[in-house]
Order: sequence, then structure tokens, then C-alpha cells
Amino acid sequence: MRTPPCLLSLTLDSAVLNLSNITDLSPLPDHILIELFLRTLRAGKLTERVLKLFIATGKDEVFSLIQALNIQVTVNPVLPTSKCLPIKDDEIDIVIGALNFDLTSFMNVWRPIFSRFHLTIVKDPDLKEELKIPEGFNLDVYKEPDIDRVVGTSTSIIFSGYACRYFGYLVSRKKYIISMDDDCLPAKDNKGFLVDAVAQHITNLTTPATPFFFNTLYDHFTEGADFVRGYPFSLRNGVTCALSCGLWHNLADFDAPTQALKPEERNSLYVDAVLTVPARTLMPISGINIAFNRDLVGPALLPCFRLATEGKFRWETMEDIWSGMCVKVICDHLGLGVKTGLPYVWRNDRGDAIASLRKEWEGVKMMEEAVPFFQSVRLPQEATTAEDCVIEVANAVKEKLGSKDPVFAHTAKAMLDWVKLWKSVGGSSSSPGA
Amino acid sequence: MVEPATATQAAAPAVPQLKDELDIVIPTIRNLDFLEMWRPFFQPYHLIIVQDGDPSKTIKVPDGFDYELYNRNDINRILGPKASCISFKDSACRCFGYMVSKKKYIFTIDDDCFVAKDPSGKAINALEQHIKNLLSPSTPFFFNTLYDPYRDGADFVRGYPFSLREGVPTAVSHGLWLNIPDYDAPTQLVKPLERNTRFVDAILTIPKGTLFPMCGMNLAFDRELIGPAMYFGLMGDGQPIGRYDDMWAGWCTKVICDHLGLGVKTGLPYIYHSKASNPFVNLRKEYKGIFWQEEIIPFFQQAALPKDCTRVQKCYIELAKQVKAKLSKVDPYFDKLAEAMVTWIEAWDELNPTGAALPNGKAK
Repeated sequence: MRTPPCLLSLTLDSAVLNLSNITDLSPLPDHILIELFLRTLRAGKLTERVLKLFIATGKDEVFSLIQALNIQVTVNPVLPTSKCLPIKDDEIDIVIGALNFDLTSFMNVWRPIFSRFHLTIVKDPDLKEELKIPEGFNLDVYKEPDIDRVVGTSTSIIFSGYACRYFGYLVSRKKYIISMDDDCLPAKDNKGFLVDAVAQHITNLTTPATPFFFNTLYDHFTEGADFVRGYPFSLRNGVTCALSCGLWHNLADFDAPTQALKPEERNSLYVDAVLTVPARTLMPISGINIAFNRDLVGPALLPCFRLATEGKFRWETMEDIWSGMCVKVICDHLGLGVKTGLPYVWRNDRGDAIASLRKEWEGVKMMEEAVPFFQSVRLPQEATTAEDCVIEVANAVKEKLGSKDPVFAHTAKAMLDWVKLWKSVGGSSSSPGA
Repeated sequence: MVEPATATQAAAPAVPQLKDELDIVIPTIRNLDFLEMWRPFFQPYHLIIVQDGDPSKTIKVPDGFDYELYNRNDINRILGPKASCISFKDSACRCFGYMVSKKKYIFTIDDDCFVAKDPSGKAINALEQHIKNLLSPSTPFFFNTLYDPYRDGADFVRGYPFSLREGVPTAVSHGLWLNIPDYDAPTQLVKPLERNTRFVDAILTIPKGTLFPMCGMNLAFDRELIGPAMYFGLMGDGQPIGRYDDMWAGWCTKVICDHLGLGVKTGLPYIYHSKASNPFVNLRKEYKGIFWQEEIIPFFQQAALPKDCTRVQKCYIELAKQVKAKLSKVDPYFDKLAEAMVTWIEAWDELNPTGAALPNGKAK
């Protein structure tokens, strides 16, 4: 029979899980402090803040350990500036849509970056196997029964496949959401350091965006850059950034025809920039690596555009592209910013572009109708919240696109259902002015 | 710490592209020593030197370059009364070089710009990159998140409409600067030591409907597509404003490019900017501009050109009319500027009659 863990061990484990709430370690006896240090290390939770906590105790044993293990404070590639709003860890939720049942290696490799935050994992209802999730995370897991219980059956929204992550956005109560596909790993920057994608997204979201005039040195909130000569001073305060779109190394988010034409093509270019996408400019917003301010634009990210042949590879979906155009149009209307660029994630090779080719044609055709629609849609001044805006866009979709293809008509209905769902389950969002 | 490149010979291309179709326009008041550094990249091309300031001074051009040089006396002689539109004692005078060139493409660079190094330490052939930018299409109607899709190793991302993947012709290639960044005077005063060391390995199309601050330090453009819009305004001696020449040209150019469906790219190549100008002098030059740009920007953002303006010159004259109508109330300077814009087009058309192909000008 295995000896159950002792009370001290359980306490130490609990402490490691709650490190973000601990502000002072000096009352701890030396031997417990050392044990806590080692467990923190093993759990991958030794961040700069936590290291400083241990150093602040002034204990020699801690210093000897730090020296012996050659622990160094790595320069955080993203330095918080005074313009950065101080964010608490508990304002952040990391939402993962699980399309693969075995999340062990995914979560272990992200552990040093994810482990201090709350995670919301949503299991694709179509996945038959039980999810495998490693220990040591602060998380909530949602599966098909949970989705059914919360959403009921009276909705046209289907949360299967990549759309399952939106359920996570719906039920989360945190201000900032970081969302990542479960086949992504941390990327390396051009100096060979692992990129802390979460920190970069948070920096993007908590520093202003500048959508009304293009700055040729890109995001001026990065160190060593500023607004260039000729940039109007009245526009230098910027606006709140509501959405941060990251990029991908290795398997870039190409469509099936492009990847099929260039099967060996892998993206290795590290473009060291974040930039604001100008107002009224549309772009394909990929759902693979994004973050957003849920309070401001939560309802605008929507699982409503479903191809008849939608599948389990990104090459077989357009749901995020549709959602992205809605968000951009709504952000432009509400005077919010959208940034693109850093951070990069590394995307594993998966799937076969040629096999997916057939399935994506439908989506490609529909883009040709959708893009001119989004470029011309105008929202009334009275729409001041994200919910209002979604309703307006949905009505415009029904009116202008509904007759062109049943998928659009269905999407419009789903968007209205989504807003209803959001209002009853999601808690209300704030006006950007608030 | 960035440094300029020194071993440029190794990086020179075997076949200089567009050798007979591109002129390099350089305004100068001092000397052209910087050309030595650029020699392997520039020597195959024809140079147009526009000498600003005292015309009695002789500017020595390093041996081995094929060039023509114009000083103020030449400008006055060639343009007669129309010479009033060309600035004096300001690098804005460089646009005279655009007017007098007979080539399809122009590359312009300041005389304090050296060859930069990429992160691997290799010397950057800025001219070659500009040519690549100009010869490949732009994508102003939809933003590609992987930046320039025509670059090796990049492509259009999922969701990018196929009907927009052909792109449009590129009219302008706007390069950037390492070391001394192109800041305005207030920023220079607050951050005198700031240096741009970040090498952003991207070229991107500036979307339609978006304005940007165009810097003339490292710029290339298709003269046939957009040349007449590249008027660098009335600056310097006798004018109330300076250091807004390239800005003005950039805003006019972008509005016209957007109207005509042409593309403007920004990003690579980088050059190494070595000289920081005096921020106090700059402040005096820019002072009025800092207030005026608050009116100028909304003007350009709302400027609309009628459908029948299908030639650059016609677009430009129309813009000049709108400048006179809407900006004169900001300052009488804009009245003068609007007139100078018209004079510029008249001079351009005189020197560039349609259908004529002429040989290079001769060196003085």
C-alpha cells in the first residue's frame, strides 16, 4: 500500500499552486523554504517575481542554491513600460480548445509560461477519448455535458471542432483571454530565447494601439522605438487595444491550395515587430494564436460561420476568418485597436494540405462574397457595445448575403443566437468609454 | 550597438538590375564622400546631384561615377520663372532631380546615409532591395499578416481572398533607418540618445486609406507611375516651415496612389543614418508644422479625387485646388504652396513632354 503524502507535502504543493497570491516568504523555516524552492523549480513556476520573493528572505541556503544551479534572471524580451497597465495574473484566462485528447506534452512544454495563470480547457464534443491533462495547473475543464447544460438545445450554434474554444470565451470571467490551438509550442526569437507568448500578448493588449495613422517604426511602445517625424501629436495617445493577433513559425497559417503547392514551405522568418492594423483595413485573423480583451469585445468573437464540410484541420475551416472580420469591423466602429505581429508560436506539422483541398474550396468561394461585404458594412452610431454591434452586423449579413448562400443565412441567425447566449450566460460587456 | 557596413564590395550584385532605367538623386550642400561607401552598389547607375546652397561652391564627385550636377543657377536657368517652386536651402530641392531625370525609376538618398548591416553582419544593398520592392506587386486592399507575400518564404495566409492575390503595381518603396531614427525635434530633444537598433525583417504594403509619414532619406519610386506627385513643397529659405517636404509629398502621393489603385510599400531596406541634426534648429523649422499637421492630416484623410482624374498630373492639380480651398484658412502659406504645386506640374510637363525619350543629361 502506498503511503499517503504527509500534511506538510500537501501544504507545499498547495503553496506552489498559489504562488501568485504569496507576497512574503520570510516567516518560513529554512528547511521548508528550500523544499518549496525545489518544488517551485520542478513545477516550472520560478518566475522573476517568485525568485525575488525567495531572495528577499535573505537566507544563505537560498543564495547557495541559486548559485549552484546557476539560476539567472533572463532578460524579459518584453519590458513593461510606464505606459503599461499593471495586470494581475488573475485577470488572465488561457483558453484552449482541445481537439487532441492527449494534452500532456502540449501543457508540459508550455508549463513555465502557463502555470501561473488560470486555464480553461474545452474538449471538442466530437472527441471520444478522455482528455489527458498533466497535474499542477489551475484549471477548469468543460466537456460536452457541460456545454449542453449551459447552452441548452435551443441554439443554432455548434461548438464542435475549433468552435469549442468559444465556449471557453463564453464562460470565462477574466478580463483578458489568451487563446491558442493545442498543436502550438513556444517559438524561439531571433536570439534563440523561448518566446513568452502570454507576456507579449498582454503587453500588446495593455499598451495603446494607433489605428488612425501608420507609424513607420511600427509599435512605438516597444523599447527603442517612438513615433517618427510627421506623426500628428494629437494621435499619439492611441486607443485601447482590444485584440492581439500573433504569428506562427514552422507551419504558417496558409490555406490548403498554398500549402499544397509548396509542401516543404515552413516559416522561419522572425519579424521583430508588433503593429497596429489601420482602421478600415481588413485582414485574415487566424484563431491559432490570439488574445483579446473580453470585457470590450468578447461577444464579437463568434463561432457562427460553419462550412458544410468543416473539418478538424485549420485548412478545413473559415470560422476564425469570419469571426476576425466581425471583430475588426466592430473594433473600427468602437474606436478600438487591433495589433498584429509578435508573439510567434511554433506550429506542429499536422494534416495533409492536399487532402484538405477539396474541403476548403467552399470557404474560398465564400470569402469572395464576404470580403466586399465587410469592407462596405457601416454600423449606426447608436451601437456602442460589442453586443449591439454584433446584432447590427448579423442583420446586415442576413440582408445582403443571406440570399447568396444558405451558409450566410445560417450564420446571421447563429450570430443573433450567440448574442442572446452571451447576454444570458456570458455577463455583459462594457462600452469602450467605460 | 549598430554599426555601418564596411565590406560592401563582396555584396555587390553580379548584374546590376535596371542599370539603364534608374537614376539616383542626391541632394547635397556639403560633399559626396559618402558615395565611396556605396560605390560597389551605386557605380553602375547614373547619378543626378542637386547642389543646394551657394552655387559658387564646387562639389567634388568621387571619380568613376556617371553623373549630372545641378546647382541653383542651373535650376533658375532651366526653369526660368517656374524655378520659384523649387526650394532653396533645404533638401526639398531634390525634387528638381526627379523632374529632370529621364528614367523610369528614381532612388533618392541623403548624403549622411551609409550602408547598414543585416543581423548576420552582411552589408545591405539598399538599392537592390528597393528594386525588388518596386518590381513586385503591392497588396493595399487586404492586409496580409505575413507581410509581403511575394517574398521568398512568405505567401498569402488562409482567408486572403484569391481575387486580390495578383496585387497592384508598386509605385513607392519606402525604406527605413538604423542608428539615428527619423524623429521630430520634440522627440529628439527628449530622447537625444535613442538609437534604432531593431532590424525588422519585413516589407509591407501600407493599406489603402491609411496615411503615413514618408521620409525622403531612403526612398525609391516609379517615376512613370507617380513622379509628378513627388513634389517636395516650398521649404527652407524664405518659407515659414522646414522638414515637412517629404511628409507633404508622401501625403499627396498616398492619396493619389489610393485613388489610382497603386501600391506603397514600407520596411526593408535599412540604411545606416549617421548624422543627427541639431534638434533646436529642427524645432525652429518644424514649429509651425507641428500645429499645421493637425489640420493637414484630416484634410488628406478626407480628400477625394473625382473619377475623371486618371492621370497623376490631373490628380495633383485637383489636390492643389483643394489645398487652396481648404487649407488657406490655416495660413496664407498654403495659398503659395497650392500655386507652387501647379507651377511644379507645369514645369514637369514642360520638361517631360509625353512620348519623348531623351538621353541622360551630361555632367558639368
